Amino acid sequence: MRRTSRSVLPGFGVSLGITCTYLSLMVLLPLATVFTRSADLTWAEFWGTVTNPRVLASYRVTFGASFAAALVNTVFGLLVAWVLVRYRFPGRRLVDALVDLPFALPTAVAGIALTTLYAGNGWVGRYLEPLGIKVAYTWVGITVALIFIGLPFVVRTVQPVLDDLEVEVEEAAASLGARRSQTFLRVVLPTVAPALLTGFALSFARAIGEYGSVVFISGNMPMKTEIVPLLIITKLEQYDYAGATAVALVMLLVSFALLLTINLLQWAARRRVEV
Amino acid sequence: MATIAVSRPATTAPRAVTRATGESPAVRWTLIGIALTFLALTLLLPLVLVFHQALSKGIAAYLAAIREPDALSAARLTLLIAAIAVPVNLVFGVSAAWCIAKFEFRGKNLLISLIDLPFAVSPVISGMIFVLLFGMHGWFGGWLFDHDIKIIFAVPGMVLATTFITSPFIARELIPLMQEQGTEEEEAAIVLGAGGWQTFWRVTLPNIKWGLLYGLILCNARAMGEFGAVSVVSGHIRGETNTLPLHVEILYNEYAFAASFAVASVLTLLAFVTLALKTLVEWQQRRAEADRVEAVLPVERIAA
Repeated sequence: MRRTSRSVLPGFGVSLGITCTYLSLMVLLPLATVFTRSADLTWAEFWGTVTNPRVLASYRVTFGASFAAALVNTVFGLLVAWVLVRYRFPGRRLVDALVDLPFALPTAVAGIALTTLYAGNGWVGRYLEPLGIKVAYTWVGITVALIFIGLPFVVRTVQPVLDDLEVEVEEAAASLGARRSQTFLRVVLPTVAPALLTGFALSFARAIGEYGSVVFISGNMPMKTEIVPLLIITKLEQYDYAGATAVALVMLLVSFALLLTINLLQWAARRRVEV
Repeated sequence: MATIAVSRPATTAPRAVTRATGESPAVRWTLIGIALTFLALTLLLPLVLVFHQALSKGIAAYLAAIREPDALSAARLTLLIAAIAVPVNLVFGVSAAWCIAKFEFRGKNLLISLIDLPFAVSPVISGMIFVLLFGMHGWFGGWLFDHDIKIIFAVPGMVLATTFITSPFIARELIPLMQEQGTEEEEAAIVLGAGGWQTFWRVTLPNIKWGLLYGLILCNARAMGEFGAVSVVSGHIRGETNTLPLHVEILYNEYAFAASFAVASVLTLLAFVTLALKTLVEWQQRRAEADRVEAVLPVERIAA
């Protein structure tokens, strides 16, 4: 990499050197092992591993629960962001700070707390069980844990956009005869849509890799409630490194594709604002 | 706006505007109610439960669970790992932000994406890659075995995995902040004869201190709370390769629920401290931003 213009500031070589060396040794070299290790397998072996029925079932659990959780977070994340930006009520700043809790709380703590809450004899589970709703150790429980983990992503992406939304636009809509619901659907929602989509993607991306908060509440039944990260750990513990790596490669490619999508979404949103 | 204000008596204008762009009190309070109920169920209830369960066997049992030698050694290891991972990523974060924000070069966007990469990797895979690198059958496994160096299922592997996971936090906080601040102040300092370090300490650091602190807090919280990645590379040996989150898991799986929640409550307190500091820093940042706007010379303000 070369500097494209001269600057009087010092430290370019040193800082770029530290950054590139560190990234190469600490991030790129370790990640490269996933690709080289997978290359040890023949294509048939690789395909057989990543489309094995148990592995396919774990994709269904992980992607299904992550999608459901991201969807719930999109709806409630928008509501929470709206309430925090538009309304004034006692304790608003405290609630605003609390939204970041899933970022700060270790995932294992969230995992055991949610499991205890939603177990058959738990504070919430004991009211749901008589209704025939089993949460802990089912697919629903996994979704509940992923809702917890993903919520701040949607709220924190939508909040600044709602903050910047100019009231004049809504006033214009109202003065032209739009009802409040029409203004919301036709004016507010299209403006926050890119942020909402980004929040959904961030929440989904975080959910598919999540391990700590899910592993306690999922019950970990192969074919039913086994998530992909747990399957990777199980394969590692059985010294099936090739199998673990193959599944990890699939997940890495999905994650990178999501990261790319998120970056494109944010880039598109910025362009919209600038134009 | 102006025409509406002119055509109506001044006293009713604000109310008309509120009615047009706001919801009726009934709708407003219903929305607030739903949002708060949702947050109480998903965020607040688990918190209350942690402390309720932790104290379910009394305060004496609570203190015993925290003071137990295995818990103390887990706490020591957690602190040790954070004490290595956070400073390393501080140096990396400041270096990365300096070259990206203060200079123009080709490949900058690629570099920013690579810095973000660990955020996209599942914690479990973050641990696994170090097993593939340094484990018995890994790239360097044979050499390490010959020289009797243990990295995987030992403390060095846990430090590496944590450092990997937490590497983007500080860089990611500083890059946009320093890009926004530009290079003029540093260039002025250099032209006036200041050295490179002098410029950094006296000009750059005061400008970025709140952002830096913010990144440090988030990096530290993740380093101390990381579970998945550390779990893969830890030997799960009590008193040796157990961090606080792993200790919570061991106790929980042994049905020692009260003890498990007691240790979990310590981590929850850490999360509270993190949130409080984070809120404080955000508040300071906003104030510093306001000061910067105020600090613009009167002449420039008139020109603008």
